[in-house]
Amino acid sequence: MSGLPVTSDPASKSPAPANENQPPSAVRSFLLSRGNSAWSDRAFKWLMFICALSVFFIVALIAWQLILRSQLTISKFGLSFFFKSAWDPVSGDFGALPFIYGTLVSSLVALVIAVPLAVGVAVFLTEMCPKFLRGPLSFLTELLAAIPSVVYGLWAVFVLVPILREHVNPFLMKALGWTGLFAGPNFGIGILAAGVILAIMILPIISSLTREVMTAVPHSQREAVLALGATRWEMIRMGVLRNARIGIVGAIILGLGRALGETMAVTMVIGNRPEIVKSLLSLGYSMSSVIANEFSEASDDLYLSALIEIGLALFVVTIIVNALARVLVWAVTRGAPARVV
Amino acid sequence: MGVGIEVKNLNAWYGNNHTLQDINLHIPANQATALIGPSGCGKSTFVRCLNRMHETNPIAKVEGSVHIGDLDVYNDASPVEIRRRVGMVFQRPNPFPTMSIYDNVASGLRLNGFRNRRVLDEVVERSLKHAALWDEVKDDLKKKSGASLSGGQQQRLCIARALAVDPEVLLMDEPASALDPVSTAKIEDLIFQLKSQYTIVIVTHNMQQAARVAERTGFFLSGKLVEFDTTHKIFTNPGDKRTEDYITGRFG
Repeated sequence: MSGLPVTSDPASKSPAPANENQPPSAVRSFLLSRGNSAWSDRAFKWLMFICALSVFFIVALIAWQLILRSQLTISKFGLSFFFKSAWDPVSGDFGALPFIYGTLVSSLVALVIAVPLAVGVAVFLTEMCPKFLRGPLSFLTELLAAIPSVVYGLWAVFVLVPILREHVNPFLMKALGWTGLFAGPNFGIGILAAGVILAIMILPIISSLTREVMTAVPHSQREAVLALGATRWEMIRMGVLRNARIGIVGAIILGLGRALGETMAVTMVIGNRPEIVKSLLSLGYSMSSVIANEFSEASDDLYLSALIEIGLALFVVTIIVNALARVLVWAVTRGAPARVV
Repeated sequence: MGVGIEVKNLNAWYGNNHTLQDINLHIPANQATALIGPSGCGKSTFVRCLNRMHETNPIAKVEGSVHIGDLDVYNDASPVEIRRRVGMVFQRPNPFPTMSIYDNVASGLRLNGFRNRRVLDEVVERSLKHAALWDEVKDDLKKKSGASLSGGQQQRLCIARALAVDPEVLLMDEPASALDPVSTAKIEDLIFQLKSQYTIVIVTHNMQQAARVAERTGFFLSGKLVEFDTTHKIFTNPGDKRTEDYITGRFG
């Protein structure tokens, strides 16, 4: 190449000669005196191992206690406990199905409402929101998570339920009554009310985690989509949501976990009647609600055992739902790497 | 076939930073044009102004006019339309990691609603062949993710993705700077092949690369276009003292 100079041989420039009589520097003698540090490394490893094991032990301990203390009902009803609708403390006949149904359906309603809303909030905050609004808005969504659930319950009783009863439910009954999901009588309280309040409660966790994973998607992915001639929505769909989808499903699973276990607010609006009715406007009961409501009244051992077995059912349902969600994620994303580089 | 690019009085800013100052040049069709200069001289900003990627940064601002063929980039069309006609390859390979190799290449067409599978298959094969990647990936087009390839293969995949929408102009922003010498050589061969069909603008830190692939070379220095001429003239007999200092390694 003409015009480009030949680089001089770097070896020809020798470094300054070392003074061999100099004592080792303070830094070097300090570092040499530290030994091989193998002991502290090993201690750290074991400490972390114990931390990890503790989670496993706590879960195992809970399961063990739940099974141990519900021996009476387990031996009396066996597996049929989980598939029976009876709940009669007087004659000693117990079944968990209406509670499992109430918990699952109210959580599902909550997800249907909360997920699109939460993803929308996250998309707006990360991709569209002007900078000066971003801080206050994300603070407000996270503030929703800090409100105690009994306050949500009170708000639902005095504000949400009247609104549902006067405006939303009549409209749903008229527009979607044919599906059978929105049939009267219209109490205001019921499974739908519980689902709506749960949706508001799980919104912040889903949206803030979604926001987190969306921000983690590298800017180069957005540029790649834009450079292909994408509109802003196409860029968000292909460059951001698609890359963040595993994280978003993780956020939804965490939200679902919260919805399944939520007690106080649900107890206040779900109606507390152990029935299985197709209509979402009807009264229901959830697993955590029945434990909270009836634990103090459980007068005999069989009743107490039934309530504890409801707790076991909640434990098992939560595990099954989480496992299913993970299988779903695995099935959808097979072949794709777990995260964006 | 590619089209020429006419740039008149182009000025660009990042916030208060005047990164491009009164750029005027004509980039001829169906040739490779290299832009060289030290880091921060504005050459990347310049190519990003050609397909209006510059303005995706909220603090960025542009003035002046750019014509690609007979299309007035800043007045006739939306950024989305421009970017459909002007392909871009970035410094770091950025394939879509959640898509297969096939879907990566097809993404530009699918994005614009193209659904004809037979034509898609053809386009994907042709683009990958153009990008000299076909032989290496043809057996697991739909099995492997775009991110499972090596860095050099990923960059060629990105070139195939840009070629799939049949752009008139291909902008390359330091396409080989993150790659090893073997991959770099492949990319350079590719540019050599492609320039008969596309107008290529390549930003590079590597002066030998500019000398090898480009007919014309522009030298940028602190936001100004110091010199723009045939590559031969720039590297053998530069008209400006600063160009000479830069290409002989006396600064930058």
